[in-house]
Amino acid sequence: MTAFATAAPPEPIRAPRRLRPEVVLRRAILTVAMSGVVIAFLSPLAFSALTSLKTEAQIGDADAPILPSDPRTFDYQGDTYEVYAVPLPDGSTRELALVRKGRQDSDFVDPANPSAGPITWQGSWRTLAQSWQVNPQWANYADVWNKIDFPRLLFNTVALALIGTVGTVLSCTLVAYGFARFRFPGRGLLFTLLLATIFLPDAVTLIPTYTVFVKLGWVGTWLPLLVPAFFANAYDVFLIRQYLLTIPRDLDEAASIDGASAFRILRSVILPQAWPVIVAVSIFTFVYSWNDFFGPLIYLAGHDDIQPLQVGLSHFNGIYHTRAELIQAGNIMTLVIPVILFVIFQRVFTRGIVITGVEK
Amino acid sequence: MEPLPALATTRLTSPRSWRLHRSRLTPLARREARQGYLFIAPWIIGFVAFTALPMLATLGFTFFNLTLAQQQPLHFVGLDNYARLAGDSRVWASLGNTFKFAAIWLPISIVLPFVLALGLNSRYLLGSSVMRTLLFMPYVVPFVASVLVWNAMLGESGWLNTALRFIGWSNPPVWLFDTTFIYPGLVFIGIWGIGAGVIINMAGLRGIPTELYEAARIDGAGWWAQLRNVTIPMMSPILFYTLILGVIEVLQYFLVPLVLKNGTGEPGGTTLFFNLNLYQTFFTFQELSYGATMAWLLFAIALVITVVLFRLSRRYVYYAGER
Repeated sequence: MTAFATAAPPEPIRAPRRLRPEVVLRRAILTVAMSGVVIAFLSPLAFSALTSLKTEAQIGDADAPILPSDPRTFDYQGDTYEVYAVPLPDGSTRELALVRKGRQDSDFVDPANPSAGPITWQGSWRTLAQSWQVNPQWANYADVWNKIDFPRLLFNTVALALIGTVGTVLSCTLVAYGFARFRFPGRGLLFTLLLATIFLPDAVTLIPTYTVFVKLGWVGTWLPLLVPAFFANAYDVFLIRQYLLTIPRDLDEAASIDGASAFRILRSVILPQAWPVIVAVSIFTFVYSWNDFFGPLIYLAGHDDIQPLQVGLSHFNGIYHTRAELIQAGNIMTLVIPVILFVIFQRVFTRGIVITGVEK
Repeated sequence: MEPLPALATTRLTSPRSWRLHRSRLTPLARREARQGYLFIAPWIIGFVAFTALPMLATLGFTFFNLTLAQQQPLHFVGLDNYARLAGDSRVWASLGNTFKFAAIWLPISIVLPFVLALGLNSRYLLGSSVMRTLLFMPYVVPFVASVLVWNAMLGESGWLNTALRFIGWSNPPVWLFDTTFIYPGLVFIGIWGIGAGVIINMAGLRGIPTELYEAARIDGAGWWAQLRNVTIPMMSPILFYTLILGVIEVLQYFLVPLVLKNGTGEPGGTTLFFNLNLYQTFFTFQELSYGATMAWLLFAIALVITVVLFRLSRRYVYYAGER
């Protein structure tokens, strides 16, 4: 036994892999094509991030470079001059500061050697390309931070998402446990009904619900957004139930024989084994709640101090839509937390999507 | 040991069988049932309070002259709201917009994730898992942020038109301000959320038994024949599920144009979708009864389409394991 254990596992004998040219070609074509799709797909994010770091002037200048930059300038004899790329008679191009603008000829100074004095260049300076230097405007973010009262919006968003997540996880776990572990008349029918609610257009319940919330005085508070979360939803119940069905019943039957109550079994036997799905539902709900726009829009209209980020961002766009750099900075600030959560928990996300999307 | 209820629950149990069953419930079984009801009680209460009663109330509203302020005395108006609906050209125009957009969006939203999943699942692709993650990522970008990112991306100095000018289209369309190009523009925005569909399709493709492909290859089937005769039939339940959810979703489409155009319906009334009209009837004009009538029209349309699709699915969708 020990002899086998210490022996190194035999190396699998493999013929050296020689790929056929046809396979290499297919790989190359497909990989390049799909990479192109992925790059095109993510380019709006890059566009947004780069725009968010530009100056207003750069965005308005069609000839400006793609990276966030400032026109290069040079201080000469107490004044600031713009720098241009100047083609010289000897065929080279040099970066020179334009100190005197003229129609036929202009004077330039070499920033590397200002003491040499002005150089006169023949031609219209308007034909020259301005010289830029990379200079990201991080101040745009600070600007947006203050303009939209970001800390307030962030607090509202996180608080709404956290409370909603707690409500959803609590209620959906209880309901899923009920459907997964107990036999009762009408269970199949009720479960079908639960799944059917996925296919129901929201509009058909919205008007009376909204009216009742108005009469209760809940509109203008977080209650219409939070209370329904405590009454379970079809997606998350389904997700948790599917997971609970994979947990063997031996342990909860043993606990039941020992006299543990159904609630005790849920807490001490089921939950310790079900944490992967609980984590999944928590993260899902958190991100979905972060991304909810319509709910806060209709229930919190006119109450700026209790609104979440997305509604704040939409208002901000209404006021500052001409300032592309500020709008994009606001976008990046809104999307960065869900995207980071996704990158950390991507397996959880894909697994959850697969279960609710394929197994139903 | 009793069988796991996984399969039993997805089918409707016939009322007769459970009535028989119930009469034979032992005290222990009765206790189990009571506990089961107790645990699902949160959903039952929520279903009654937030789904069943509001649905009925919406239907009830349609026969009255309810408004939020209720300046006129409340009274029964019979089918007046339905008559008004029938003659409301704005409603039919908005419904037409919704159907037009659906006709463009639905095929793309079903075929594109399927094709991307085929690519990602191919054994010739290097770096598949990284690509899958990156394709899914925009799905988690908050809705308003993604709309505003695309608003800039599709603008005059956005990268799409920069690229189009680069390849020689000197005067590319101003997508979101042009009645001809607004729907393609909205499709671009929609495609950003396609990640979930890609993942569902990938999982479906991985679930197809490899023996089927081996058998097909032995029969001399090439790539196209395998796709047509193995992949697509085996994927039909997933494509069908995507289609049904897509139909329900696109019938309610209006939030993207609401953010983009502030509900104006610009350009030229093309973004006045059915649900935007409903939303304005309800929130802006506060006509509860008329809004409810429109909501029931939407529900009826969704129901009819769903039922027709389910009927058709018997012929076109292949469920493995079914007799």
